Amino acid sequence: MHTVIVGNGVTGVTAATRLRQLQPDWKISLVSGESAFHYSRPALMYIFMGHMTYEATKPFEDRFWRDQRLDLVRDWVTGIDIEDKQLVLHRNGRLPYDRLLIATGAKSNKFGWPGQDLEGVQGLYNLKDLRQLYKNAERTRHAVIVGGGLIGIELAEMLHSRHIHVTFLIREPSYWCNVLPMEESGMINRLIEEQGIGLIRETNLKEIVDDGSGRVEAVVTEFDDRIECQFVGLTPGVSPNTDLVKSTPIETGRGVLVDHSFRTNIPDIYAAGDCAEIVSRNGGRNLIQQVWYTGKKQGKAAGEVLAGEDTAYDPGIWFNSAKFFDLEYQTYGMILSTPQPGEQHLYWEHPSHRHAVRVVGADGCIKAFNFMGIRARHEVCERWIAERRTVEYVLDHLEEANFDPEFFVRHETEIVRSLKEQLA
Amino acid sequence: MSTPPAGTTLIDPETIAYFYDEEADGFGEPASAAEAPRNPGLMVSAGVIGLGFLALAVSLLGSMPLAGAWTPFLLSFGLLTAGTIGYAWFAYKDTVPGIKHDGIMFGNTTHRGAIAWALGIALTGFYVVLYWWPEYLARAIALVEPLSQALAGQPANQWFLYGFLYTMAVVLFGFRMFMRYRHNRYHIIRTISVMFFQLVLAFILPHLLRALNEPEFYFSYFWPLKYDYLFPGTVDYLVNSPGALGSFMVFWGAVCSFIATPVLTYYYGKRWYCSWVCGCGGLAETLGDPWRHLTPKSTVSWKIERAIIYAVLLLIILTTAVLWVSSTSEGALSSISAPLQQWYGFYIGAVFAGVIGVGFYPVLGNRVWCRFGCPMAAVLGIIQRFFSRFRITTNGGQCMSCGNCTTYCEMGIDVRAYAERGENIVRSSCVGCGVCSAVCPRGVLKLENGPSHGDRYPGSDKPLGALSTAVSKGARVYGDRDGYV
Ligand SMILES: Cc1cc2nc3c(=O)[nH]c(=O)nc-3n(C[C@H](O)[C@H](O)[C@H](O)COP(=O)(O)OP(=O)(O)OC[C@H]3O[C@@H](n4cnc5c(N)ncnc54)[C@H](O)[C@@H]3O)c2cc1C
Ligand code: SF4
Ligand code: SF4
Repeated sequence: MHTVIVGNGVTGVTAATRLRQLQPDWKISLVSGESAFHYSRPALMYIFMGHMTYEATKPFEDRFWRDQRLDLVRDWVTGIDIEDKQLVLHRNGRLPYDRLLIATGAKSNKFGWPGQDLEGVQGLYNLKDLRQLYKNAERTRHAVIVGGGLIGIELAEMLHSRHIHVTFLIREPSYWCNVLPMEESGMINRLIEEQGIGLIRETNLKEIVDDGSGRVEAVVTEFDDRIECQFVGLTPGVSPNTDLVKSTPIETGRGVLVDHSFRTNIPDIYAAGDCAEIVSRNGGRNLIQQVWYTGKKQGKAAGEVLAGEDTAYDPGIWFNSAKFFDLEYQTYGMILSTPQPGEQHLYWEHPSHRHAVRVVGADGCIKAFNFMGIRARHEVCERWIAERRTVEYVLDHLEEANFDPEFFVRHETEIVRSLKEQLA
Repeated sequence: MSTPPAGTTLIDPETIAYFYDEEADGFGEPASAAEAPRNPGLMVSAGVIGLGFLALAVSLLGSMPLAGAWTPFLLSFGLLTAGTIGYAWFAYKDTVPGIKHDGIMFGNTTHRGAIAWALGIALTGFYVVLYWWPEYLARAIALVEPLSQALAGQPANQWFLYGFLYTMAVVLFGFRMFMRYRHNRYHIIRTISVMFFQLVLAFILPHLLRALNEPEFYFSYFWPLKYDYLFPGTVDYLVNSPGALGSFMVFWGAVCSFIATPVLTYYYGKRWYCSWVCGCGGLAETLGDPWRHLTPKSTVSWKIERAIIYAVLLLIILTTAVLWVSSTSEGALSSISAPLQQWYGFYIGAVFAGVIGVGFYPVLGNRVWCRFGCPMAAVLGIIQRFFSRFRITTNGGQCMSCGNCTTYCEMGIDVRAYAERGENIVRSSCVGCGVCSAVCPRGVLKLENGPSHGDRYPGSDKPLGALSTAVSKGARVYGDRDGYV
């Protein structure tokens, strides 16, 4: 049995290692064009900032792949021959498969802005982008970043670390407030400005201006303000990368359509991770998950399915985390930017604006948490949500959820006092 | 490219294909970059350090008489102190508190550039001269003479000079740690601790003892690190010393080696010593901090570590035992014991711990000795691994495998390998410096002394079983990445 996995990101690699555990004798190939070995995509920024070498972003030593008999194929897949069960490779001819997992990840969005293909304009997704950023950063003194998501703020931090002056252009009235509630979002606005980064809100990009030689020289906003710059970072989010299957009989929606066992409509072809769109079982919204953790979880389940097991993907209780400059953020359970009907939001923020907690209850039971500048125990928060503990119980035991390093100043007393007042 | 048969679609390779050799490129230093904002305080501080070195050079190379004079001493070391403190202050005071790793992998000093090699050679050279040609240090020794007279009431020698410079490095670079980690109380408190133990217990007190006619004794060093403290010769010397404290010192040393060590390690892990008390650890955590990421991380380096560190431990146990047999049996084994003692003192005590251990900071990382050589670390490690409550807890599924923790682990532990699998980190070599936890951008790691030792990893409720498996399988048990799948 020969299983081929396209994409050596976290999804593909987790599927491969899980499959290897379950099927010690199968032949497994991992095909990817981006890099010879799997590396951690979220660590791209640390390479650029000089925190880590590229080498250090690889979670496994190079000999791991040999030891595990996972065949690495460095190539681009340009087509799928579904009849003959073969992949068409750009350099190395054809690669037959018995089972195929598509884990091609996502691609940066582009909105058709005038000038978006000029030199000095780019997104950030892969090593090629990083390479380009190295070049572009060399001559940049002033950069504009358009689009206020996680990659946007990372890019701002990256450029800032090289003493480049950054202006951040966002559509929303406050950073990432389409995802974060206003208070948390406001904390981040402060941080951005504290770093000396210009934050221009509620402003769309109109066009990117050519300096006459095909390079960017400025951007113009929808209000006809002109900002001189030598670099434009476009980070308006990502979408599933379906290039490979778009015009095959494999069904796609926004992503590659799969069921909860990652099966596409074609037998023996599966898809998982950022590129996949999991069709809802009950006619609800389809699931597209595009973070590291879900890639890992989906990859693990997909590995089991490839091995012939009867696994159905259970997304479990949502969690995520990020770091905005020096402010850490963790979330457990799903919190939308505005309170949903029936939800009660309790919020505490330290006067320094460097720590905050949001506790969300529904029907008296705990539903979700946001932690800013405070680390929380995943296991405890998840258990409380799963057990449907009451909000009072959670507040009485809040210190059990603390995961800050030893000797850190603890804020539970104030937090609990304040949240209990709001509860009453 | 041949045309594919029906049912195949082609992505135009032009639109995606690139074959860039990321391995060879490595994404090193940027070719050019925007200039850092001017920091006048930093420039002035650098100037003051320069003046300090100038004063030092004039004192050392000049011909004026030095002995007993405070002025050259105060001028040289005062300027160096003021400059270093100022440098640390101005480098960080206007920054937002947080992890400060920008450009570490590009820095000439911090990433094995020419400056790093020059520093490594200079440090190594200093140790070589110190151990084998102290006569070249005559003027430097004379320079610290007034301090020696004031503290110990006795003339300085090369060891006084060494102790002084060592303590100064710990204190000054300790201040740098305060600035660098001012958002993190764990680092501030443990840095205060190592500064205290070095300054008071390993510098002022031993010399005050000399002034009081007691033996020079270091209360913060024990056998087997301070190997000769349990050698019959030293015990004899201490017990028979004219001062009143000699016997207490022997008693203290034995209690610390055999009682305090296992008990404290059970409760707090190896860190109570290695990154809170020990002078070698103290220097590594302060002066050595800029180079912590240079420790090799490969599995091969881990194998070398295990081979050497346990060999050194066996060697010092053997040497101590042979010395005792020899001394109690009227020299029956003296033909082996004397050369063994000499051999250990030279190769392990001087060459490994000093010349390589500190001299190679800028190229091999700040814990070369602690990781590969120190027999005390070996003992503490065995206790920590099997009989301790200490663990680094991994926070559920929050790890995104970025590798910051592994990169900045000064003991070369692949922290990420555990964290990404949601496993706790229970490793004999971990000195509990807490840096992995501090640098983790997702809040995944926490150093903890858990309620019991039995909940640290599967099987840890039966420590003896785990130990015997480890020994029989050459330590290839839990925690070895080889067993990943
Ligand atoms: C800059 C950045 C920062 C991020 N930070 C975080 C974070 O902090 N936390 C978090 O949870 N998530 C983060 N993410 C998201 C996270 O990295 C992704 O969710 C995750 O990598 C998805 O994994 P994947 O394996 O599904 O896809 P990918 O990692 O995208 O891997 C897909 C692979 O398939 C290859 N491929 C695609 N098409 C072909 C083809 N035709 N032929 C051959 N190979 C092909 C690609 O080259 C790529 O290597 C970040 C993403 C980016 C871009
Ligand atoms: S594992 Fe963490 S605490 Fe232990 S030595 Fe390494 S960095 Fe320090
Ligand atoms: S630093 Fe944190 S997120 Fe990164 S690999 Fe280590 S534990 Fe995981």
